[in-house]
Amino acid sequence: MEYLTKKYADKLVQAGLGHSSGIFQPVVGGLDDTLVWNRCAEEIQVLEKIFTQININSLVFLKPAPPYGDIIRYLADAALKSDRIIHPADCETRTFLHDLPVVDKFDASMITQTLKKRKSVIIMHGHDNYPGVIAHGSVSPEQGFVTISSVCFACFVKFFADYLQQLQEGYDSRKGHDLYDKIILPVKSEPRSLPKLIKGPFRDTRTVHAAIIEAGLKTVEYSLVDSYFGNISCLQDRILYISQTGASLDELAGCIDPVPMDGSTSAGITASSELSAHMKIVCLTGRRTILHGHPKFSVIMSMDCNPDKRAKCRFKGQCHIKCPEKRSICNIPIVPGEVGTGPFGLCNTLPQAFEKSCTAIVYGHGVFAAGRHDFSDAFAKMMETENMCHAIYTEKIHALRKKARII
Amino acid sequence: MIYGWTGKILNIDLSRKSFEISDSDPEIYRSYMGGRGLGGYYLRSFAELAWDHPDMIVCIFTGPLTGTLAPTSGRAHIISKSPLTGLIADSSVGGRFALHLKRSGFDGIIFTGVADIPVGIEITDNHIEIKKAASLWGLDIDELHRKIRPSKASLAAIGPAAENGVKYASIMIDRSFAAGRTGLGLCLGNKKIKYILVKGTGKCRVKNRRNLIRARQDILRLTAASPILMGSSGFAALGTGAIYDLMDNRQMMPSDNFCRTKFEPASRLNAAAYHKKYSPEKKGCSGCHIFCKKTGIFKNRQSAMPEFETMSHFTALIGSADTDLVVKANETCNRFGMDTISAASALACRREILGNDYTQKSVLSLLRDIGLGRNEGKELGMGATEYADKMGRPETAMAVKGLDLAAYDPRGAYGMALGYAVATRGGCHLRAYPVSHEILRKPVATDRFSFSGKARIIKIAEDTNAIVDSLIACRFVFFAAGLEEYAAVCEAVTGIETSAQDLMAKGEMICYNERIINALNGIDSTHDDLPERFFTEPGSRGDHIQIPPLSREDFLKTRAKYYNIRGLDKNGRPCAAKARSLGLVWNT
Repeated sequence: MEYLTKKYADKLVQAGLGHSSGIFQPVVGGLDDTLVWNRCAEEIQVLEKIFTQININSLVFLKPAPPYGDIIRYLADAALKSDRIIHPADCETRTFLHDLPVVDKFDASMITQTLKKRKSVIIMHGHDNYPGVIAHGSVSPEQGFVTISSVCFACFVKFFADYLQQLQEGYDSRKGHDLYDKIILPVKSEPRSLPKLIKGPFRDTRTVHAAIIEAGLKTVEYSLVDSYFGNISCLQDRILYISQTGASLDELAGCIDPVPMDGSTSAGITASSELSAHMKIVCLTGRRTILHGHPKFSVIMSMDCNPDKRAKCRFKGQCHIKCPEKRSICNIPIVPGEVGTGPFGLCNTLPQAFEKSCTAIVYGHGVFAAGRHDFSDAFAKMMETENMCHAIYTEKIHALRKKARII
Repeated sequence: MIYGWTGKILNIDLSRKSFEISDSDPEIYRSYMGGRGLGGYYLRSFAELAWDHPDMIVCIFTGPLTGTLAPTSGRAHIISKSPLTGLIADSSVGGRFALHLKRSGFDGIIFTGVADIPVGIEITDNHIEIKKAASLWGLDIDELHRKIRPSKASLAAIGPAAENGVKYASIMIDRSFAAGRTGLGLCLGNKKIKYILVKGTGKCRVKNRRNLIRARQDILRLTAASPILMGSSGFAALGTGAIYDLMDNRQMMPSDNFCRTKFEPASRLNAAAYHKKYSPEKKGCSGCHIFCKKTGIFKNRQSAMPEFETMSHFTALIGSADTDLVVKANETCNRFGMDTISAASALACRREILGNDYTQKSVLSLLRDIGLGRNEGKELGMGATEYADKMGRPETAMAVKGLDLAAYDPRGAYGMALGYAVATRGGCHLRAYPVSHEILRKPVATDRFSFSGKARIIKIAEDTNAIVDSLIACRFVFFAAGLEEYAAVCEAVTGIETSAQDLMAKGEMICYNERIINALNGIDSTHDDLPERFFTEPGSRGDHIQIPPLSREDFLKTRAKYYNIRGLDKNGRPCAAKARSLGLVWNT
């Protein structure tokens, strides 16, 4: 357990959500018969009380580092003035977290009451003025880690998507304006050169595994996923090698399922939720590799909608499953769809998008890119898509700000 | 007005052939919810009676979610004391029985007494009849269905196995849904109940339908995102047999009575092979959207396809590589009304002792003998533990507290090892269901070859599953959703504010109550143990995996941690202070 508390504290730091020292250093606790922490911290006094009040085996506490901390504070401030809940509209939140409750005291009983109902709580209290996030697990600290990184991702997407929408409606709130100016510079980064990935066609299974592991690592390294959880596959000899469900893209060794295209085994039972979509795409396009990540500005731009159309749309609030528009960004199609195989599942909505493009964006979710023989072109397409979306976003903001009324 | 529950329990006294309808205490409902929880509450007062004592009760309970839009809620939980283990006996069962019972206006039925002649119970809404059924005694499940023709009603029945004293006799609901484990069929048989026919047309009251629909949608969304449930290789597509390949790949398929963990022909006996050969169609329990049950075409007729445990135990465990045999064995067990896991375990134990391999003919002949209580079948019908004892080879019974182990070798998943050992109904894989995280990676993956953290993980999972069995929902949906979502469902249905943690606290109480019932029957740490084989013999070695024997020292340390976390004494016995802190009566 001690090993796991340290591992997931480190992963929060590696993901840029926390720091290895100072106030943004994660606190991770694990409980079997005794309680262990990754480090000493003043918050532990309160966190220990939570362990005594609810039936859990792990807790993760983090004051998210900038820009996440600033964004969460902005959204949580607003939530505390209304229903005390942040309502992000991205896919991860909609599917797994539902919503993000906020409390205004670092108080064990108040936090416990919220954690009894939800996987996480945001706490707006502290002399340093930075919000904290607590998440729990019943099996492993990994659950808290995943939840907190999803909270950070969801809030990031929500702030930028909401800000764009606000400007499109002609308003520019002072707080939103200032926050954007404060965080956009660190967010904006110089384009990185593409990584050199193993060249295809791959001759054997060992190379397929190595290529998948490498592409996964690079996807994380280039910040093209949140929580390390996208998915990735490669077809060879009528077998689709695909990352397992919940597998961390930077730890894919031993987490790749060989799924025969003829359905002769059920090896796909632990494969990614998007297995069916991957299978349909490779069948439809003849391409052999698929890379799926959650690059932030692609997700944000996928939710961008003309305010007039939005106001009149009969599917308001159901954009993620029923958007009636044929949408795209620079010829990259944007499709609605939910995780998995339901009636609005990606396996039904995504493959058609690949008829005319080797890249597609799923509303509020992420980017899928298909490669010809290896992951180089898929990776390049995903990165290009994200850079393009980032550029379009900032251009739009600058143009809209000139016309918007500051309130 | 109460929502979720009907507030009525049907009490049937078979000795007097009378019944009465009682109003249940709302506080008891709030504490124990329904299903397994409520059954355990009623059983507690009779805990020290023998399973076949005339005053012993058999309870069938629905839950507050039954009959509503709550996903996977169409289940009943049956409870009594086990003829096989002498402990609490219980089983969650699907089909349509729970729905009809609830729609008849009852949350549950409690049977007491013993009828002098075989009877059938017929419930049509609030009309109850106890009918003579002597002419039906001896009929197998198929014959009984042909005779009674339940049409839209639901039929729970016992087969010849229960009539002939098989200690792992099951109760068959709607022909192919089994309350399989722990011998509940014999409990009904002892009371001379051949069948229970229920048809209900009423409605189940829900407090807030809009919130229920919203909560339901959250669960459906999570289910759709689950590769295990709804993926192209998942339960909806291939049935529970979808796990067969995994168990093979992970080198944890119990083979040759758990002497090995690899069965070489397994890759051609998987769910895909059944799919190809028997073209199964999807079936399911009422209130379920997953439809994991499969019915295929076998010899030009419809046949219920075997579940994973049956597929595994009637191949690897008994050393057979014949899918037709599995389908036939499954049909035979269903027809005679007996648990496939325990039946196969008894056969595997016999094979190890006698050293004789099986043919299709010999297996089916033995199963018939067991069901009819004749020849060698009479001894095999006592269960592997009693059979092995009688043969002077007790070490060949692969069971915990008399309940035969399911198709997961504990050397390949250490949480499963602990879960088997401490489960309140004996060697049960479902009480803690660690296969979820150790194999299926849900909610996240854990290290299957480590005991680290497993004591608390198992305790939390037991609490969770106890409340799941009480609401009632299907265990499988929790590969995708959690109590967080089900608490919202429960609140919408009953109007009582609750949370995942509130529900889990009830689950803890339900588990502790079962621990008390077992302790009243002399159960302690000496019984919370695994067969010696797992500590002394390795499993089969694979290309990249070694399956060493379990470390007894680590196992005992982890079990001690579990006792501490569960609030038991160092011998695994419940304590007064803990019981009282959970709101349980302490009168031991």
